[in-house]
Amino acid sequence: MSTEPLLETVRLSKAFGGVQALLNVSFAIMPGELLGVIGPNGSGKTTLVNLITRFVKPTSGKVLYKGSPIHHLPPHQIVRLGIARTFQMVRPFYQLPAFKNMIIPLYSPRAKGLVGGRYGDRDAMALDLLEEVGFERDSFVAYKPAGALPQGYLKRLELAKAIALQPDLVILDELFSGLSLAEVASIVPIIEKMRIQGKTIIMIEHRLRELFRIADRVIVMNYGSKIADGPPDAVMEDDAVKCAYLGSETDSGD
Amino acid sequence: MKTRKERIDRGIKARSQDIFVLCSWREMLYLAGPRLLPVVVCLALPLVLSVYWQKVLISVAVFALLAISWDILSQSGMISLGQALFFGTGAYCAGIMNHYWGFSPLITLPLAALFGGLISTVLLLPVLRLRGVYFSMVTLIIPLMLVRVIEATKIFGGTEGLSGMDPLPSAGFEVYLIVIVFLAVLFGFRRLMDSDYGLVLKGISDNDRSVINAGINIYWFKAQALFIAASIGAFAGAFMTHVYMFVGMPVFALDYSILPIAAAVVGGPGTLAGAAMGAFILVPLSELLRGIGGLRIVFYGVFLVVCIVALPEGVFHYMERKYHQFERWVEVEK
Ligand SMILES: Nc1ncnc2c1ncn2[C@@H]1O[C@H](COP(=O)(O)OP(=O)(O)OP(=O)(O)O)[C@@H](O)[C@H]1O
Ligand SMILES: [Mg+2]
Repeated sequence: MSTEPLLETVRLSKAFGGVQALLNVSFAIMPGELLGVIGPNGSGKTTLVNLITRFVKPTSGKVLYKGSPIHHLPPHQIVRLGIARTFQMVRPFYQLPAFKNMIIPLYSPRAKGLVGGRYGDRDAMALDLLEEVGFERDSFVAYKPAGALPQGYLKRLELAKAIALQPDLVILDELFSGLSLAEVASIVPIIEKMRIQGKTIIMIEHRLRELFRIADRVIVMNYGSKIADGPPDAVMEDDAVKCAYLGSETDSGD
Repeated sequence: MKTRKERIDRGIKARSQDIFVLCSWREMLYLAGPRLLPVVVCLALPLVLSVYWQKVLISVAVFALLAISWDILSQSGMISLGQALFFGTGAYCAGIMNHYWGFSPLITLPLAALFGGLISTVLLLPVLRLRGVYFSMVTLIIPLMLVRVIEATKIFGGTEGLSGMDPLPSAGFEVYLIVIVFLAVLFGFRRLMDSDYGLVLKGISDNDRSVINAGINIYWFKAQALFIAASIGAFAGAFMTHVYMFVGMPVFALDYSILPIAAAVVGGPGTLAGAAMGAFILVPLSELLRGIGGLRIVFYGVFLVVCIVALPEGVFHYMERKYHQFERWVEVEK
């Protein structure tokens, strides 16, 4: 494993008017690592993702990807560098069949450059990718309008859209939220397979038990600051973390 | 006991969806009919219409082009209230090229479509980032501003306009040119909007965040859609310059902005065909109502309202549904 981080944030901060959503957050992630990000509601996890992907402009601080600053780039260029994300609130194109939802990521310059594809080919590529994330090939789920899919399939679709972009770094914002234990258990192998393919992964999660089984390292957010950073067990022993989670549940409750 | 309307696809619709359609004439006709019908009607109409109604047909085709242009923009997430900008820019481009440089109409038409499209796109480029009603307001204002600029600076003939343009070679050429361009634009851009490229444009209007997140520069795609739509409108304007053999400030009039929207709404937006169908309904209707004088606008307005209330989905969607599906009432338990 190389010693150069794949992604690094340096004193990243964001204020929305008076709300300090993020304050001086610095962390690094090594290539191939699976980093968990946890913290109570409103602690700034999604904001951190939005700043890295530049959907939101940082108030101050730096984001370095493969050693170069990227916080001045527009979001579509960040995706082209190989950073793909999923959204906490999935919002597919509801009227389109599930597999047609894959066409837009497959049409992106990055996917076209890396895997090619002409009009028509992309339908087949879309079905292949959906099969990879657990849409059964012989059933008709992939042809159903996305609006008719249950939550579990919507999350898989969201994951497949990120995979279609051939990313090096994947950021999953609460992929497991709203899913049953069985559904989570069926998605975990997909994430493990992505790791074997060498992808670096950041997972924002509230489902701590499931996360801790697969994460190499965890950072804990509270009130916009990073309060702990380390292996899952060590982090949960930390006093500041216990304090932050006091009153709120310390395990997968929802 | 309550009843509910159930809609079921006709058997022939399912049967004619794959390659086996080639096995049966009936099914091939089912598929090709709705596409052939407008082509045949459009090509046959000039042969049977009087000179007066041929002029109306030209007007129909011109407004259909503007309505298609509007629909392409709206499908790409841009609601234009200023189709007159495209129409007027194209009209003036053709006028200038013909009046000052003596270019023949056959050269001014494609060039005006190109440069009219480019100029309109460049004018709107700074507001491409504005969303919803803010973008619309700017499209509404720019053509009104251009009129005042021409009036105040007296360029391009000022309030007098430029007259004495070359006409198109013959009346028959004129009507067939616009009808064929209309059909080509309708079928060509319907195909484009159904392609993966069109899907990206529709994606931008539906959920731009998701398209950006696919690494696609939405402003570049919006600019392309704007250029396509503006060029279509500019062609219509350039064409009318040579029909009237005149270009002046009226080319930026509000009619060219509002009527295409009405056509798209009556016909049903989102298919281009609906927008075109709307023009085929509204323009002749307005001609027929000419006879009744002062109350014309009232009748026209009532018709529009009735249409929108009775068929909010648009005439085209309604007909498409009736063609593909049958309905029956089924009982549902309360
Ligand atoms: N666009 C915005 N405008 C104003 N305030 C915002 C905005 N986005 C986030 N915030 C605020 O920033 C803080 C952090 O929000 P964020 O969404 O990052 O939290 P989170 O850790 O992702 O929470 P959750 O676990 O509920 O998803 C919250 O107080 C939120 O209200
Ligand atoms: Mg969040």
